[in-house]
Amino acid sequence: MRKSKTAVVNTQSPATDSDLSIPQSFTVTVSVRRFNPDVDQETYLQDFEVEMYATDRVLDALHKIKWEQDGSLSFRRSCGHGICGSDAMRINGLNRLACKTLMKDLDVTKPIIIEAIKGLPLEKDLIVDMEPFFAAYREVLPFLMPSGAEPERERIQSQEDRARFDDSTKCILCAACTTSCPVFWTDNQYFGPQAIVGAHRFIFDSRDSGAASRLEVLNSKEGVWRCRTTFNCTDACPRGIQITQAIAEVKQALIRGKI
Amino acid sequence: MAPIPATLYRGREGMWSWVAHRITGVAVFFFLFVHVLDTALVRVSPEDYNAVIESYKTPIVNFLEVGLTGAVLYHALNGIRLILVDFWSKGPKYHRVMLWVISVIWIVIMIPGFYFMTKHTFEQMFGGN
Repeated sequence: MRKSKTAVVNTQSPATDSDLSIPQSFTVTVSVRRFNPDVDQETYLQDFEVEMYATDRVLDALHKIKWEQDGSLSFRRSCGHGICGSDAMRINGLNRLACKTLMKDLDVTKPIIIEAIKGLPLEKDLIVDMEPFFAAYREVLPFLMPSGAEPERERIQSQEDRARFDDSTKCILCAACTTSCPVFWTDNQYFGPQAIVGAHRFIFDSRDSGAASRLEVLNSKEGVWRCRTTFNCTDACPRGIQITQAIAEVKQALIRGKI
Repeated sequence: MAPIPATLYRGREGMWSWVAHRITGVAVFFFLFVHVLDTALVRVSPEDYNAVIESYKTPIVNFLEVGLTGAVLYHALNGIRLILVDFWSKGPKYHRVMLWVISVIWIVIMIPGFYFMTKHTFEQMFGGN
């Protein structure tokens, strides 16, 4: 331990010296909206008390509940580091990844309310059926559609051309955006923000020539024109993608007839 | 059990401005519906039309008029904001700033608007003569 630092701490408050070196744990109430399709007619909130540190994630709290208190608690997670996109859920009324939400960023004096994402069929506890979400993504043809003969080497792209769609490449398909959209909650046919971001990634890619087909899909009744720019998607995205901006760019491409 | 079931999504300015846009839009639609009906009445019977218009001259309708003005004004200003969000390249970046700008414009117009629109009613209700 560095001498000078200890001295400063001691002059201020000698008693808290040990507090500063050892992180303090605290008890948090985690209120999970449970649902078991075999037993329950409706969802209900169940409280759990867990011992947490400020640097713990909400995912850690769920793990503690599942491993130590109630093994029947069901939720999805895979990598636990904000890249697989499995653990999107509503934390205190906002769509967040459980693995990227830390205790220190929440008000731990009140119960932390955890619910499944909204607008997709609920299967059990925090697990929803993601199939309608993936189906919408598939409809926008999310793969490279090059034109001409296959080149001998890589398809060259300038840095500016690559930067054009850089933001929309960050998507991890967690569904936090689509299930934060009020339009999607009431109209499940709407493609949703994620599918539009997925289309944006290829529409504005200079190597791709399938923009016309994707724009045709998104020009339909349930396409981009359903977007009411509530910005819930942009606020919810754990990757910080400017989703509403991307949707606006697709709208403009449709109106102007060029990319 | 937790105190409040958090079924309400805690959206920010964008979501609430959209909710207000919907509410004001529906309110204005219902006004137009009534307005078309009462105005069309003048072709059926001018006397009945006069009687209907006369029935509007109450303090309650006057305050409803203020509400209607506020609703139309918000819907119009926010409509401009939404057009800019969609078609101005920097629109999505400044959508919050634009909401505060239209809110200020709304307040600046509504304060004198409220005064002049309700002046007559207040004089009628509390005036000495």
